[in-house]
Amino acid sequence: MRIALFVTCVNDLMFPDTGKAVVTVLERLGHQVEFPLDQTCCGQMHANSGYRAETLPLVDNFVRTFSAYDAIVAPSASCVAMVRESYPRLAPSPALESVASRTFELSEFLVDRLGVTDVGARFPHRVTYHPTCHGLRMLRLGDRPRQLLEAVEGLTLSPLSGAEECCGFGGTFALKNPGVSGAMLADKCAAVCDTGAEYLAAADNSCLTHIGGGLSRSSAPVTPIHYAQILASR
Amino acid sequence: MSGTGNIVTPLPFPTLARRELGDQQLRHNLRKATHTIRDKRLRVVGEVPDWEQLRMAGAAIKDDVLARLPSLLEQFEAAATAAGATVHWARDAAEACAVVADLVLATGTAEVVKVKSMATQEIGLNEALEAVGIHAVETDLAELIVQLADDTPSHILVPAIHYNRTQIRDIFLERMPGVDASSLTDDPPALAEAARRHLRARFLSTKVGISGANFAIADTGTLTVVESEGNGRMCLTLPETLISVVGIEKLLPTFADLEVFLQLLPRSSTGERMNPYTSLWTGVTPGDGPQTVHIVLVDNGRTDTLADPVGRQALRCIRCSACLNVCPVYERVGGHAYGSVYPGPIGAILSPQMSGEGANRTLPYASTLCGACFDACPVRIDIPQVLVHLRQSGVDASRGRPSAERTAMRTMSYVMRDRRRYAAALRAARRGAAPLRLVAGRRGALRRLPWPLSAWTSVRDAPLPPKQTFREWWTREHSS
Repeated sequence: MRIALFVTCVNDLMFPDTGKAVVTVLERLGHQVEFPLDQTCCGQMHANSGYRAETLPLVDNFVRTFSAYDAIVAPSASCVAMVRESYPRLAPSPALESVASRTFELSEFLVDRLGVTDVGARFPHRVTYHPTCHGLRMLRLGDRPRQLLEAVEGLTLSPLSGAEECCGFGGTFALKNPGVSGAMLADKCAAVCDTGAEYLAAADNSCLTHIGGGLSRSSAPVTPIHYAQILASR
Repeated sequence: MSGTGNIVTPLPFPTLARRELGDQQLRHNLRKATHTIRDKRLRVVGEVPDWEQLRMAGAAIKDDVLARLPSLLEQFEAAATAAGATVHWARDAAEACAVVADLVLATGTAEVVKVKSMATQEIGLNEALEAVGIHAVETDLAELIVQLADDTPSHILVPAIHYNRTQIRDIFLERMPGVDASSLTDDPPALAEAARRHLRARFLSTKVGISGANFAIADTGTLTVVESEGNGRMCLTLPETLISVVGIEKLLPTFADLEVFLQLLPRSSTGERMNPYTSLWTGVTPGDGPQTVHIVLVDNGRTDTLADPVGRQALRCIRCSACLNVCPVYERVGGHAYGSVYPGPIGAILSPQMSGEGANRTLPYASTLCGACFDACPVRIDIPQVLVHLRQSGVDASRGRPSAERTAMRTMSYVMRDRRRYAAALRAARRGAAPLRLVAGRRGALRRLPWPLSAWTSVRDAPLPPKQTFREWWTREHSS
């Protein structure tokens, strides 16, 4: 099985450790990972802001870059949702649908394709998990990330109240409606702090940047972390 | 023909939202109310084993209606006319108001009682009647509160959701004629009793009732009103004349289709298994109820909406409000921020389509695309899909006009479609950010950025890129 890592543009620039963590976990499980350098951005921000014409070249680039692989694995629920749910609406073609059907969010790939929940990680900390909207309601990740976290040695998972509520990020929404976004953020940060967790884990670094920025602004003692980095820890 | 009336927001959503966000009492009231209904809805929906099949059936029936709307409308008109009703057609809000005003004036009465109705709010009927000297009395408790307060509804189902009971008592004390100030507490039964006394006289004396309809049955010509209080039943049965204003998308093909919708609607809207009052009437029944029955079928932008293959699913809406109650944006700002009588997620896709291009441009952006509305919708309207579709239409319609956002999107698209340009841009971003490390805080976070990113740092810190991008790391690791 040829596995390609789709790291996503946000992770490439801002969170390289998340990409490294995916490589670590998959190699630990005995798989070889490739990183096709032609990959760039999935175009989610363009598409969700209404810039269809500007999105299409990025769709083409994704399909070209990844069509040779059996599985494309990404540490971002919203980018995978973009590829699997929105691409077929934007530019339907057999080649695109084939690539889209082979694109997985990390927890889907581990739990469904590899049949693994214990990836041999150790993380002796109290963690709470925020299920990001596109993972929850577009990919229907369900409890897959939780299954993976619960199998981590030493990890205590604290339930997050109002977990399924949006954090208020919403891509350009955070800039177009900063007040509403900030009000949603304040409630999410309060719920996170109430858990008493040291770490806030999620499947999307974009949402984590938003929540983490709110936590940092209020000097809250909670560190945002992509759950892949927890799975890579030992 | 574009829709008119109270569906066009006077100010952009971000401006109105900012104003509403400042009201702490409003935020508190909304949070409490939406969470209560949200939890009730989840409980009663969970009891129905075939809920997903019901949703699919609801969507399929409504899609069938939309696919053959002209012939079903004619079928409805024929059946209702045969049963003794008079059917009128109105292209927009002004026409609909004129039809109703003429009908009321012809009866010689100066006061009408109203059943809660979104269609009449949409066309601005109360204001239009007032202009010709007719006073319309809202009889739904929440609509009455809003009317007494000289306010506008902020929710499709619970128009006074933005008030708590203390505020409602104050409104009654100040505005309700003949209210007994000494005994009025903010206890809900006491408030309901005051409203009952105020309204009872009206029910018994008023000659004309005005309603909307939840459903219009094509094969029988029957109209349906679903409600909780029984005040609607009073207005539908006691007056001599009944005038119903009905959007053309309210049709169901057959009487049997009610089976699906009378399960979907109460559980989705009030979180009840069954609503207390379901009134059905077919034209005139001699000697029983109103002896003069009029039905005004209103387009007001619905035909335009129907023409859009993606956007037309908004016309499946049965006005249950489930999407408002689960929406994190609505919960923070309330209905007035949307400017239209249709607020929340459904309003954000319905108002711009009904009003046509140019109006309501900011509403499709009043969402994080979190998807909670789609999951809650009993007729499976993919609201996030339509929001993105309307954003696309807006962007396409304004091509050619200069815009900083468009320039940024174009540039990013140009850079990101090519690996070399993309890698160079990442490098530049990483290097460009390096000096910012000197001003970053303890956690390596920035507290203030210039416009337009100042919107980001207004409430949150911004992270800095690390010293190496992922692809730089990968290339170095695999260079040997």
